[in-house]
Amino acid sequence: MNNALTITNLTKVYDNGFEALKGVSLIVKQGDFFALLGPNGAGKSTTLGIVSSLVNKTSGNVKVFGFDIETELVKAKTQLGVVPQEFNFNQFEKVFDIVVTQAGYYGISAADAKRSAEKYLKKLGLWDKRNEPARLLSGGMKRRLMIARALVHEPKLLILDEPTAGVDIELRRSMWEFMRELNEQQGTTIILTTHYLEEAEALCRNIAIIDQGRILANTSKKELLQKLNAETFVLDLKKSLECAPKLVDFKCRLNQDGYLEVDVAQEQDINSLFNQLSEQSIEVMSMRAASSRLEELFIRMVEGEE
Amino acid sequence: MGFDKTFIAFQTIVVKEIRRFMRIWVQTLLPPAITMTLYFVIFGNLIGPRIGEMNGHKYMDFIVPGLIMMSVITNSYANVVSSFFGMKFQRSIEELVVSPVPNWVILTGYVTGGVVRGLAVGLIVTLLSLGFTDLQVHSPLIMFAVALLTAILFSLGGFINAMFATKFDDISIVPTFILTPLTYLGGVFYSISLLPEFWQAVSLANPILYIVNAFRFGILGVTDINVGVAFMMIIGFTVALFCVSLYLLNKGKGIRS
Repeated sequence: MNNALTITNLTKVYDNGFEALKGVSLIVKQGDFFALLGPNGAGKSTTLGIVSSLVNKTSGNVKVFGFDIETELVKAKTQLGVVPQEFNFNQFEKVFDIVVTQAGYYGISAADAKRSAEKYLKKLGLWDKRNEPARLLSGGMKRRLMIARALVHEPKLLILDEPTAGVDIELRRSMWEFMRELNEQQGTTIILTTHYLEEAEALCRNIAIIDQGRILANTSKKELLQKLNAETFVLDLKKSLECAPKLVDFKCRLNQDGYLEVDVAQEQDINSLFNQLSEQSIEVMSMRAASSRLEELFIRMVEGEE
Repeated sequence: MGFDKTFIAFQTIVVKEIRRFMRIWVQTLLPPAITMTLYFVIFGNLIGPRIGEMNGHKYMDFIVPGLIMMSVITNSYANVVSSFFGMKFQRSIEELVVSPVPNWVILTGYVTGGVVRGLAVGLIVTLLSLGFTDLQVHSPLIMFAVALLTAILFSLGGFINAMFATKFDDISIVPTFILTPLTYLGGVFYSISLLPEFWQAVSLANPILYIVNAFRFGILGVTDINVGVAFMMIIGFTVALFCVSLYLLNKGKGIRS
């Protein structure tokens, strides 16, 4: 399978001397749903900015579907659709005009551009708003407008820089569905950055973690999660306890809300936990993970780096 | 991008630019029409007859070419500087930067937008002037060529200003403190033969003097300077500003970090 994106030894030093990238190397396979995760200022947006020509690189190589952004920039750009973090459209233009104009920049004829704009505005639930100036849209609608605009020329690689930031839960779920469909049915390779690690866990097959301009991990989600050797579960008990029970082989504590938190190592049998609780006449009403597994791993890796 | 796709991209930028200034016609087309009508009424109709003839023509006839040029200069410049800086300010310039449109197409697209507005306002002012005087065009070719080249030249000037601008103040400094004084001192309202020799020599350093006089020659057939020299200067400046604009665009000045 071809590589949708190949980044080799990418560095970026800004004019003020800040070293944002310190030799980043990444490969994203064609058809992948890939997450680039990292704390604020880790270098995610700089990396994607270089790929999409919004930031000049200091050194290194970037190839989009084999086209080098230095020597075959036009071909590389044609493969790309970019949804940035900040709203970056003319707020006074109409929704439909913004999408059609973007298609025109890719050399798509007016008739085809209108057809494609209609298709994506309908899919993203913006068709009714097509004649509204963009400034009148809600935050979630503006995000969806940027996705429609990025897709109007049917790119093979879609870059989404925090596409669901500030979007309510219901809309976020529907955007997930849309992205999944785009990846699975249209075969569009998707690279996502997000602060919602549950989002990356739910959607992505491969994940890279970047911090302080360096890649800390770059592997499949499955392999990455295997590195997590313990998980914390929160148990809602039928009767509240005054102190944490004594459990063999399990560490547990009562949290400030009175729930029982139990650390379960990867090799441990969770039935043993329930048996012990049952023996002590502690009834469990429900159980959930304290945080997403990826979130836990992410925190450990980033804190470990520091 | 092949020729067809490149042309569509160019057309898209031009249509977007024309749509922009037509959408806000109250800010773009109406003010110059009102301002120039006031010039015609006050300087041409009221004060003009007391001044008498200038270079063998009625004062009203003498100032009309300069006022048309003034409109072309300010509007072609204003269109590009405000539109391109507006895109930078709203970050919608990124729509173009991520797309495969070649930089020379971006530049020619914006310049064409400025030229269309400059010439549209020039035409409006010309039509308004017909209500005050009978214009007899001496050389339509020279008249049109000067108007077109001037619109291109000042659209490029506006583009460079927008590339360097980082705040709204930066796009009004050049028009207010450089362009307007040079235009007023560029022989719009007087012939430089009225000036003492020293100030005549100083005036020759003003590029707008050449533009106004070449255009006046196209309409009235009179000029204070050599029209051939004027054309060479306008073309020379246009080529130089085009190269500078393209260089800045390729470098991503004010666009890419």
